[in-house]
Amino acid sequence: MTGEHILDVRKLSVGYRSDGGYIDAVRNVSFKLGREKLGIVGESGSGKSTIGRALLRLLPTARITAESIRFEELDLLNISEREMLKVRGRRMSMILQDPKFSLNPIRRVGDQISEAYLTHFKCAKADARAKTIDMLQAVQIRDPERVYDLYPHEVSGGMGQRIMIAMMLLTDPDVVIADEPTSALDVTVRLQVLNILDRLVSERGIGLIMISHDLNLVRNFCDRVLIMYAGQVVESLKAPELSNAQHPYTQGLLAAQPRIGGGRTPLKVLDRRPEWKEPLEVQA
Amino acid sequence: MTTQATKLAVPGPLLALGNILRFLMKSPTSAFGLLVISVLIGVAVFAPWIAPFGPYAQDLNNTLAAPGGAHLFGTDELGRDIFSRLVYGTRITLTIISLVSIVVGPIGIFVGTTAGYLGGKYDTIMMRITDIFLSFPSLILSLAFVAALGPSLNNAIIAIALTSWPPIARLARAETLTFRSADYVAAARLQGASTSRIVLKSIVPMCLPSVLIRLTLNMATVILTAAGLGFLGLGAQPPVPEWGAMIAMGRRYMIDSWWLVTFPGLAILLVGLAFNLLGDGLRDALDPKQMNRR
Amino acid sequence: MSKNSKTAGWGSALAVSPAKKIRRPFNWRPMMSQLFTVAVTLFGLLVLTFVIGRMMPSDPVRAIVGEDATRETYEMVFRQLGLDRPLWEQFLIYLRDVLTGNFGVSIRTGQPVITDILHVLPATIELATFAILIGATLGVSLGVLAAVNKDRWPDHVIRVFSLMGHSMPIFWTGMIGLLVFYATLGWVGGSGRMADFYIGLVDERTGFLLIDSALAQDWEVFRSALNHLILPASILGYSSSAYITRMTRSFMLDQINQEYITTARVKGLSSRQTIWRHAFLNIRVQLVTIVALAYGSLLEGAVLIETVFAWPGFGQYLTNNMLIGDMNAVMTCVLIVGVIFITLNLISDMLYRIFDPRTR
Repeated sequence: MTGEHILDVRKLSVGYRSDGGYIDAVRNVSFKLGREKLGIVGESGSGKSTIGRALLRLLPTARITAESIRFEELDLLNISEREMLKVRGRRMSMILQDPKFSLNPIRRVGDQISEAYLTHFKCAKADARAKTIDMLQAVQIRDPERVYDLYPHEVSGGMGQRIMIAMMLLTDPDVVIADEPTSALDVTVRLQVLNILDRLVSERGIGLIMISHDLNLVRNFCDRVLIMYAGQVVESLKAPELSNAQHPYTQGLLAAQPRIGGGRTPLKVLDRRPEWKEPLEVQA
Repeated sequence: MTTQATKLAVPGPLLALGNILRFLMKSPTSAFGLLVISVLIGVAVFAPWIAPFGPYAQDLNNTLAAPGGAHLFGTDELGRDIFSRLVYGTRITLTIISLVSIVVGPIGIFVGTTAGYLGGKYDTIMMRITDIFLSFPSLILSLAFVAALGPSLNNAIIAIALTSWPPIARLARAETLTFRSADYVAAARLQGASTSRIVLKSIVPMCLPSVLIRLTLNMATVILTAAGLGFLGLGAQPPVPEWGAMIAMGRRYMIDSWWLVTFPGLAILLVGLAFNLLGDGLRDALDPKQMNRR
Repeated sequence: MSKNSKTAGWGSALAVSPAKKIRRPFNWRPMMSQLFTVAVTLFGLLVLTFVIGRMMPSDPVRAIVGEDATRETYEMVFRQLGLDRPLWEQFLIYLRDVLTGNFGVSIRTGQPVITDILHVLPATIELATFAILIGATLGVSLGVLAAVNKDRWPDHVIRVFSLMGHSMPIFWTGMIGLLVFYATLGWVGGSGRMADFYIGLVDERTGFLLIDSALAQDWEVFRSALNHLILPASILGYSSSAYITRMTRSFMLDQINQEYITTARVKGLSSRQTIWRHAFLNIRVQLVTIVALAYGSLLEGAVLIETVFAWPGFGQYLTNNMLIGDMNAVMTCVLIVGVIFITLNLISDMLYRIFDPRTR
């Protein structure tokens, strides 16, 4: 949590085209990101994934509006697609959910990783290969030389996600968005992958946006947490202070978490009130 | 959107048909196809009133006349009015299409549903046979049949029918496989329904829609194959005003009298295109993914 | 369609496969069972051609001996052809003949049918190969373009354009093409494989005129041959591109919505790079199958287009013999088309296995 902000999003709204008009999936979301780990939590359909994709401008059919989206010296809202190509993958990248689908099935994983490097740096293929193998080592893959030549269907989910992390961190970006990076993985390897991600992000001073539906995970892993409901940020908290949440939705979420050693009474059912959908503003 | 989808699932076939028609009319291309086919049917029915001359009426004083005047599309080498022959030709085209469909549909459904439902050796043998038929381009196989049976319009229809049932059978089999293990089929079996009853009452109706679409798509191919056979002199024999045969006859005079081949060809193209556009639209209309994406 | 589902089935049967550098025994079983399938299909093909050959209402004996032969000659030929034996025996004889490469003698040319066919086949292969090059290039690029612009105007234009190619009677397009580009504009050569006065100037070595004339370094003949080839090949290519376009578009649409496309975009690849380096790479395998099938269907169009262009190839040979009722020649032609079709299917299946790491 340094004072310097890499990313400053003000009143971001994202609308998808629907019969005759646009329906906003994200409404007036504002937040700042330093070299820290920011969690965005919400149930499915709350718009959390849309934020990540909107920041990278990967939604060609959606309507994106904002007061400003400042990323270091750039205004992401107004730069050309050409300049955007230099941002994506180089300065801001994204780890996707399921390596089974997010890796190209017919290209060797190593080639896919080094492509990320070759897209942004002029260098010999052999150098990119060497870089990739170093990176594979950094994500704790044993025998990286062999793994380099494997195809995605030949690696396990945990290894696939580590490959994905290697691919996205290889270029040393400033911001990484992790979109449910562990929800497709077996519980046993989740922690391992998270630890690798955590270490690399801290070592390199990368700003991380962690998008997840898993409150416990975000609470333990992130520095700050944004809670989203129906396209809006309803509350922003420091992770250790999560239990002091003010908003009834966040309180509801917390109450619905099972706890080891907790009572045996049925867990609270989350109730959702229409008034939470009313416009509100939370500065984070 | 969900209401639309459930409405389609509701049995009422008329309702579904209405929905499909509405969907088709939304797309300009399939609406065009539908329009051309309606015109084709109309022209075939009212041919004697539409055509200014008889299809065989010769006028040897006025041969190879250019389009214009009394003869909209000109006259051929025997002074017959090309427009009138085209108009009467619609009847032949429609006859070919409907006869082929009437023969091919039931055969394909029978082979496909029985193979899919019974499975086992019967299935293997039937699918091998369809594979063998599918290992020829359909025109070549039709050619072979016509060569063996002798050239004539009827034999051409038989040959086309003989070569176009296998894809239908494959489709019906694939559909049957998805329904075979459905609960309602199991229920029918538990009630002691005979195999033939189950196939006829429970499975065939479920296969019908997709088979009908396939038949529509197939019609464009049938038209082209029939025209090709007619052109090679193996289908309809002159003086019958079949479009392919008309092109074959006009070929000799083509350099000086372009209209002899141009108009029949355009007619084939137009009708073939119409069936293709309609089939294309139907496929979109009945593909649930497409329905929701709207 | 059915062919595709078949190949897809093959693919999934081979789900587990070794990495490149680890050697594991090659999995022969699917290959063997496929070869068995092919053998059964080939056998069925022979039954079919045999049956069609016997269905003929015209008298094969009359076709040979002529109308005014004596009764003795007639019966002698009748026995020679083996028509007095039971059907199953006739079939065995047919089988033996085919397996030993004896397809009978053509009534029209008096030569063994197989010699005739081998003589005319190169002309057709030359035409079809040229056509598929045009068709595949056109079809694949239009298909990709349509998919990328789905539901926008390029997609609609391409849809109509390719459906036109699918709907036109190819013999008619050939004639109109001759009328416009040869008779009126004079841009291309007319009928035949080359201008008449060049015929016989070049030694026939391979039978492929372009290659033969290039070998003989006779560039005038080469030019003339190319001039005559371009129009029929373009028309054939256009008609086959319709199918290729449609399939390319739908394959491409399947890929564009995949998550790995997002990954590629996140990496900073431009949309063009994403399409060609990632999406297209994934449909390459399927395209090979499609193009192989389209190549087979070209033979169908070739029969008609060769008639229009007086192209001395396989298709013309087939139709000429059909019109005079020479069933030996006709059935052999049909058999050969079937064999070519099956071979193409087999080849495309093999290519599938080579190209797709998941099936290795």
